Amino acid sequence: MGKVAVVGAGMTRFVRRAQETGKELSYLAARMALDSCGLTLKDVDAVVVGSAPDAFDGVHMKGEYLADGSGGWQKPTLRCFVGGATGVFAPIVGWYHVASGQFDTVLVVCEEKMSSCHPHPQGAFLTIFDHTTERALGPNLLWIFALEMNRYMTVHGITKEEIALVAVKNKKNALDHPCAHLGSEITVDDVLNSEVMAWPVNRLDVSPASDGAAAIVMCSERVAKRVSDRPVWVEGVGWHLDTAYWTNRDLYYPRYVEYAARMAYDMAGIKEPRKEINIVEPYDPFDYKELHHLEGLLFCKPGEAAKLTVDGVTARDGDLPVCPSGGLLGVGNPIAAAGLMKVCELFWQLRGEAGRRQVPGQPRRGLAQAWGDLMQVGTVVILGI
Amino acid sequence: MSVKITHWPGTSLSSADFAEGRVLTVRGGVKAEYAWDAGVAIGRYLEELKRGRLVARRCDGCRRVLVPPRMFCEECFRPTDAWVRLADTGTVQTFSISYVRWDMVRLTEPEIPAVIAIDGASPGYGILHLLGEVDPKEVRVGMRVKAVWKDPAERRGAITDIRYWAPIREGG
Repeated sequence: MGKVAVVGAGMTRFVRRAQETGKELSYLAARMALDSCGLTLKDVDAVVVGSAPDAFDGVHMKGEYLADGSGGWQKPTLRCFVGGATGVFAPIVGWYHVASGQFDTVLVVCEEKMSSCHPHPQGAFLTIFDHTTERALGPNLLWIFALEMNRYMTVHGITKEEIALVAVKNKKNALDHPCAHLGSEITVDDVLNSEVMAWPVNRLDVSPASDGAAAIVMCSERVAKRVSDRPVWVEGVGWHLDTAYWTNRDLYYPRYVEYAARMAYDMAGIKEPRKEINIVEPYDPFDYKELHHLEGLLFCKPGEAAKLTVDGVTARDGDLPVCPSGGLLGVGNPIAAAGLMKVCELFWQLRGEAGRRQVPGQPRRGLAQAWGDLMQVGTVVILGI
Repeated sequence: MSVKITHWPGTSLSSADFAEGRVLTVRGGVKAEYAWDAGVAIGRYLEELKRGRLVARRCDGCRRVLVPPRMFCEECFRPTDAWVRLADTGTVQTFSISYVRWDMVRLTEPEIPAVIAIDGASPGYGILHLLGEVDPKEVRVGMRVKAVWKDPAERRGAITDIRYWAPIREGG
């Protein structure tokens, strides 16, 4: 397998409702990624598009719809989709496009426009529940997060106060992100006193629905050495799908994340992730998910991630910075674009170009992870410099 | 190059932009209706619900008792072997107290969705349903519950043939 590098990255601002269409957002991010490494569309051999359910946009076959803005017409272009995990799966697809030896330079573009769906994009999620055995009960998407969060809290004896610290940290980190939708300085009490949506989930435990796009340029070793003075290498990738019978598994632990992580660690030759990885960007659409995912990624034992947060280990200047970008909770959650934003963040952090968000100590290796479908897909990418 | 980029594209719109007609939108909907076949396994599951009974499928390969039932075992990748009658009692694995409807409209009276592990199925194997006849403050993980069925004449062969699950009271 050939070595694969990330050589460019770009993203739009994440906002509640963007004036630009999905195509226009895709173009802006894709063009920025190309410009950042001095390449043009002529240099691109293939395009990978990542976007979540068509139902958000009410546009059928969104991959084709977004293809021109993603630079994909007149090229081998593929849309990939694994629900919320798409944003970290798209660079995995980009990786095997290049690692296979078939392509030298691949443009990976992820877009989401959540604002088009009325009255609320939540309505588009209803069809993920089983049509016969679940939908008749009138479920909403918050239910499965609330059910999972309660199980996680109950099994480990973790409090809402401890979990709220994740929202406080990530929203504060996002104040330093120029694209952030919801950076703010809040307190644990603000989270606990915010509206109860579906206990134990309060409003400030949840990331906002946003519009936005992100893009990266991936290429072979040969091209990377020619076009980039600081290529960031893909050291590991992993993905895994657990059962969709989600009421048959214990929700306290994300097995699918562990299996995806083990695949990526094996590939990267990582034995002790806690010591060998310097930055983590786990998927944080809800604050407890950051903790849940850190455990699945084997950065600590099940039930111990809350303590890492309480002790400041996961702060931007802590021993293991987690979501220094501000994460989905702070930067925003245009689903597929949010996952790829995490990969962009690693790219900038590892090159020492993250500005006010820069984690100290010249990080050498970072991990981005996303999660999706009916709480059962894990995707992991490890980048190193 | 994050530090080298000074302009980040993307234009944020406010409600005033719409109220004052500064931007244009087109509204439309997708009219799509479906008739989903219940299938072999869930078809029988629904028929049994109409009779006031819960059933599962047993796989002799992995010895799991599967609810919701399926005709093939996704782990052994072979046909499941037999129908198994389950009790209409179980244990709350987890629950939520939900104040929002699917479209985010707020509810005054919360719904209490729960994952209920059904007695007689493999340990921890449950279904999504609702709890009732209980003060939300009293609900606990581990609580024992029993199905409250609709009257036979009202049952349609649907998951809603069970109205909800109520706590099993001491001596009751």
